[in-house]
Amino acid sequence: MRDLFYDLVRRNGMAVSIYLMLAVSLWVFILIILPQLTMLDYSFRFNLPPAKIGGPEDVYTLDQYRYFFQGSGASDGLNTLDIGILFKTLLAAVFVTVFDLIICYPVAFVLAKSSTGAKARLLVLALIVPYWINEILRAFAFRILFGATGVINETGMGLGLWDTPIDFIRQDVALYAGLAYAYILLMIFPLYNAIESLDRNQIEAARDMGANWWQVHAKVVIPYAKPGIASGMTMVFMLTSGALAAPQILGGPSNLWFTQLVYQWFNSGGNWPRGSAYAMVLLIVCIALVLLVMRLFKVSIGEIKQ
Amino acid sequence: MTKEISLEHVWVEFGEFTAVHKANLNIAGGEFFSFLGPSGCGKTTLLRCISGFQEPTRGKVKIGGQDMRGVGPNKRPTALIFQNLALFPLRSVADNIAFPLEVRGVDKKTRRKRADELLELIALPGQGDKKVSELSGGQKQRVAIARALAVEPDILLLDEPLSALDLKLRQHMRTELRAIQKQVGLTFIYITHDQGEALTMSDRIAVMNKGKIEQIGDGKAIYDHPTTSFVASFVGENNVLDGTVLSNDGKTMKIDAGLGTPFTVENHPAGGPALAPGDACHLFVRPEALRLSKDDSAINQFETNFVTEEFEGNMRHIVMNASGTDLKLSLINDGTNAIDANAPVKLDFAPEMGIALKPGELASA
Repeated sequence: MRDLFYDLVRRNGMAVSIYLMLAVSLWVFILIILPQLTMLDYSFRFNLPPAKIGGPEDVYTLDQYRYFFQGSGASDGLNTLDIGILFKTLLAAVFVTVFDLIICYPVAFVLAKSSTGAKARLLVLALIVPYWINEILRAFAFRILFGATGVINETGMGLGLWDTPIDFIRQDVALYAGLAYAYILLMIFPLYNAIESLDRNQIEAARDMGANWWQVHAKVVIPYAKPGIASGMTMVFMLTSGALAAPQILGGPSNLWFTQLVYQWFNSGGNWPRGSAYAMVLLIVCIALVLLVMRLFKVSIGEIKQ
Repeated sequence: MTKEISLEHVWVEFGEFTAVHKANLNIAGGEFFSFLGPSGCGKTTLLRCISGFQEPTRGKVKIGGQDMRGVGPNKRPTALIFQNLALFPLRSVADNIAFPLEVRGVDKKTRRKRADELLELIALPGQGDKKVSELSGGQKQRVAIARALAVEPDILLLDEPLSALDLKLRQHMRTELRAIQKQVGLTFIYITHDQGEALTMSDRIAVMNKGKIEQIGDGKAIYDHPTTSFVASFVGENNVLDGTVLSNDGKTMKIDAGLGTPFTVENHPAGGPALAPGDACHLFVRPEALRLSKDDSAINQFETNFVTEEFEGNMRHIVMNASGTDLKLSLINDGTNAIDANAPVKLDFAPEMGIALKPGELASA
């Protein structure tokens, strides 16, 4: 820590170094650690009316977590509803992440290896511009697009592909499409960065030695881009599983996203400790899953941050 | 197995720019053939035409008599060694060498066996499990060769593979490459801008400039009997004098180069186009062909003044000035060639050592 500070001072001078250290510590501490710690603290408490907070009943408890696992019923019953929603959310997030990877990889590859200069910049711009539009607005746009009288249904029926409007909302098609779209850039750019630094000759060498295009990607490009893939997948997965706006707007009436449960406990439920406990469960399960997958594919955290 | 390669009227154009200008040549099976030229002369483009990364705009590339148009680089019987080698950093040495087998679906055990055989060939036995980054420059070089040989291609293409190595290693690898070529008996096509590499290793050399093949021949023919001014000035050191042909009897020419008595220069049958009396010409005399005159009766004698000397141990590289033109002179340091720096010095050269060619573009030094 001291060495780091001296190094900073040597490079940037005293004033800038102090500002940097302060700003970063404040950022990390006040904006990340403190709220999360409060949330963690909350999750181990009872939901008490304001008058009783700090009183004799305000003690630590595992009750909120117990509720997530067992519900309000008998002590041996499982809270299948909430646990089910968690798994469904995770599964859907994995699906969205993999789907994003599949559609983003070719884009990132073309961007990194086949386009140069002005053409590449134009492509990047075209990718970014849609994100100048507010996320909620985009979600509503998707709702309209996939609605019973939306463009897709109208076109499909107009072409005679189907007769009655398909309920894309209830089928969760709209939700998956919206989520997949929402974080596409977070997949493309890490992939692009990773692939861009790959020496062109490696691809040509593989071609020359008899590899077909599929083998070039499977044996040369993808192993090389693995840290980028891991980075993109982690971000998309974390953000998708924690998304609220898209599930709220595009989700079918019968399909709850886990974040919506958290939201309900905080808002309509008025039970902040339980909401905190649910949020913690989501966070921990997601981190565990990411670490597990990284372990499985032999990617280290150190590689990802590059 | 070796196959001959023929380029038939190959043109490569990138928009307005002509990278290869009507290349026509045959390379025999088992030959060590080099393309020599300055950077940007089109030699790499030509190599990419043979390997399949570039389709000629016009003309044909034939390998073993078969037209290669539309055949991708992965389907051609060629293996390319890249300038930066392009070894796969994430794979072990053995996995690198076995890559061509892996993509052909050869099973793991056979792959490993073949990799070990090739490691044997390149004198790196038992190093298969090392990482590529653990190897030295010369070892990486050899691994790249082994990888290219793994599926027994008919033709090995080498794109300046030695340029990243230091001088000592480069000279060592020249010998080694030549030895490997003799051992495996493949056709080697070698791209280089280094004439030393081309001259020492090749059976034949094509000298290229600005997309055109200027001359094809063995090292001796290219060095001793260049057919264009570019080849004469690009390959080896050369002194060039502007002159005019006074007479040509078919065997010898008289050339006035503005240095006193006209010079007598032999016509070479394999030389460039014949020169007629009155033609302007470039007269080339190599630094080692110039000598200090022993007596005043020598043929092709002229007077010069000492400018400067560079001492290289075994050789002395001297610059002399003859009526305003600097001439390089290389002498063996055997103690017999004293030069008086303060008096005019007479030089001469043998008639067969002068090369008179039509004036043309000279290679920039």
